[in-house]
Amino acid sequence: MDYFVELFVGGLTRGSIYALIALGYTMVYGIIELINFAHGEIYMIGAFTALIVATVLAMSGMSGISVLVLAFLVAVLYSACHGFTVEKIAYKPLRGASRLSPLISAIGMSIFLQNYVMLAQTSDFLPFPNLLPELPFMEPYAHIMGSTEFIIVATTAVVMILLTILIKFTRIGKAMRATAQDRNMAMLVGVNVNRIISMTFIIGSSLAAVGGVLIASHIGRINFYIGFIAGIKAFTAAVLGGIGSIPGAVLGSLVLGWTESFATGYVSSDYEDVFAFALLVLILIFRPSGLLGRSTTQKV
Amino acid sequence: MMKRFLLGVSALCLVFALAGPAPAAETIKIGVAGAHSGDLASYGLPTVKAVELVVNDINARGGVLGRKIELLIEDDVCKPEVATNTATKLVSRKADVVIGHICSGATKTALGIYKDAKLIAVSPSATNPELTQSGRYPNFFRTIASDDAQAKLGVEFAVNRLKVTKIAVLHDKGDYGKGFAEFARKFIEDGKKARVVLFEGVTPGAVDYSAVVNKIRQSGAEAVIYGGYHPEASSIVAQMRKKNMKTLFISDDGVKDDTFIKVAGKYAEGVYASGPKDTKKNPLAIAAIAAHKKAYNSDPGAFFLEGYAAALAVVNAIQKAKSTEYNALVKALRTNYVNTPVGKIRFDNRGDAIGVGFAMYEVKKGTYVEVR
Repeated sequence: MDYFVELFVGGLTRGSIYALIALGYTMVYGIIELINFAHGEIYMIGAFTALIVATVLAMSGMSGISVLVLAFLVAVLYSACHGFTVEKIAYKPLRGASRLSPLISAIGMSIFLQNYVMLAQTSDFLPFPNLLPELPFMEPYAHIMGSTEFIIVATTAVVMILLTILIKFTRIGKAMRATAQDRNMAMLVGVNVNRIISMTFIIGSSLAAVGGVLIASHIGRINFYIGFIAGIKAFTAAVLGGIGSIPGAVLGSLVLGWTESFATGYVSSDYEDVFAFALLVLILIFRPSGLLGRSTTQKV
Repeated sequence: MMKRFLLGVSALCLVFALAGPAPAAETIKIGVAGAHSGDLASYGLPTVKAVELVVNDINARGGVLGRKIELLIEDDVCKPEVATNTATKLVSRKADVVIGHICSGATKTALGIYKDAKLIAVSPSATNPELTQSGRYPNFFRTIASDDAQAKLGVEFAVNRLKVTKIAVLHDKGDYGKGFAEFARKFIEDGKKARVVLFEGVTPGAVDYSAVVNKIRQSGAEAVIYGGYHPEASSIVAQMRKKNMKTLFISDDGVKDDTFIKVAGKYAEGVYASGPKDTKKNPLAIAAIAAHKKAYNSDPGAFFLEGYAAALAVVNAIQKAKSTEYNALVKALRTNYVNTPVGKIRFDNRGDAIGVGFAMYEVKKGTYVEVR
């Protein structure tokens, strides 16, 4: 039983990690039906920014909570700028083109951003300082969950609630839903569609940056390539849950996290990915639109 | 026209006559085979230079058994299909012994030809375990430890020194890591003093290793033996330590890298990793490197010291055997110790050098320290 709980919590943490990235995929898809393959790189840029800020601040003698807050702020801002710019450069000029063109543009952007960070920084792994406060839990629970894991799970929960409120109850949320339903119609009734799309990229990129800082603190190392694998997994999770749906992205991420965790725990970690992707195939066969996805109406 | 052609031919004949067979004071012919051109030349050329330095030194002192040494240098470009030609050429040119080849694949194909010709080959760099362990090549010797040697060292260290009885063997599913792990499992099972409680591959680059870490805890392992490289190792160790697990961690030279310590930080403390024995302080190694610097005005490349050791071992064996006859040489290589830059070595019955190999290191206060 103890073992089961450990694996459950491990899967929950892993799922929350995926969810923070998957939310960005699903929001962008919901609005403009584009799979933003450069999203994983935005996450990686967030982690790098936090590392640089934290290193500079540590050199100037700051420590503790102020470093954490500043690193988060700068990472979110810088990633949001990147998300905004990527959309303007790589996707906006192709908005009228066939659906394949922006997809290829997205893959190109992903490779570009990887190389840009690799050249600017290094291709080696860099140690990432643990920015999150480490509060030791009491012993019967300490091996089940650490404070870092707890913070990741809690952050994902809070982010999801805030995002739901934003979309359901604010003016901008209403405009986002309108754009998702019918872009031309929204434009006709006076919604500034370009601004809404930019907004979506900014929010998605900010979430990715939050994820980047948390996850890098959790695993303690980063390099220019981390965005690729995390991005693929998060994308899978978003499809699993029904791409375009926000609760779907979170649910899909958790299901993927638990699948991997239990497959590793009870079968073998050799088959971690095999089980994860077998699950994806099965769900797509029986529910082509994903767990919570609805065929076309109402996306965000 | 005809006249000029004849003149040319006779001139050629003259050149050949001048360069013809050397006078009867027979030289000892040592073949040097390996990758001397192509993309892997940097692995082969240092050995050529090492052998040249040793042989020049010996010849300057009058040679061995009163005979000078002559080198037959042949390129195999590290390709098995070229190595057959290289080997045939060396046999037909009547080499007495061969130093090389460099790559395991090329070495393997060449060895069959040498075996039929009763020719000894001493490689400075072919690490494939099969070459010695299969018993198929009694004419093969090497001055470098084989790939399985560090798995053996890791297992022996865990079982005899750290006295653990339950071991989890993990790897990164790659050729190198998985090979290491499979050897480790075999040695643990053969040793019968400990047992393997978990054998698994982890996914490189995964965002989280908590499930595998939980599994290690569940298995009750006292030590983890990990085959692979440092990025995954640092994540696994960090997650183990964050979960208050004191399980020992033993790994290979893919982890014995300063980046591991940098990335794993405080969690690296107490981790064991094997790496090549440090021979930088060996006076012969210092002298060999200095000689290279003097002759070529540069630092030597890969396997230079191993090549130097191979040349010294061969010369020493010829001296002790008082001939270049196959059986006498084999016996001399197996029985006489010789001082080389990689340590004091002789060869075991399979052809592996006794005295070279890996040492175990432990992370202490942020650096790798050799465990004695």
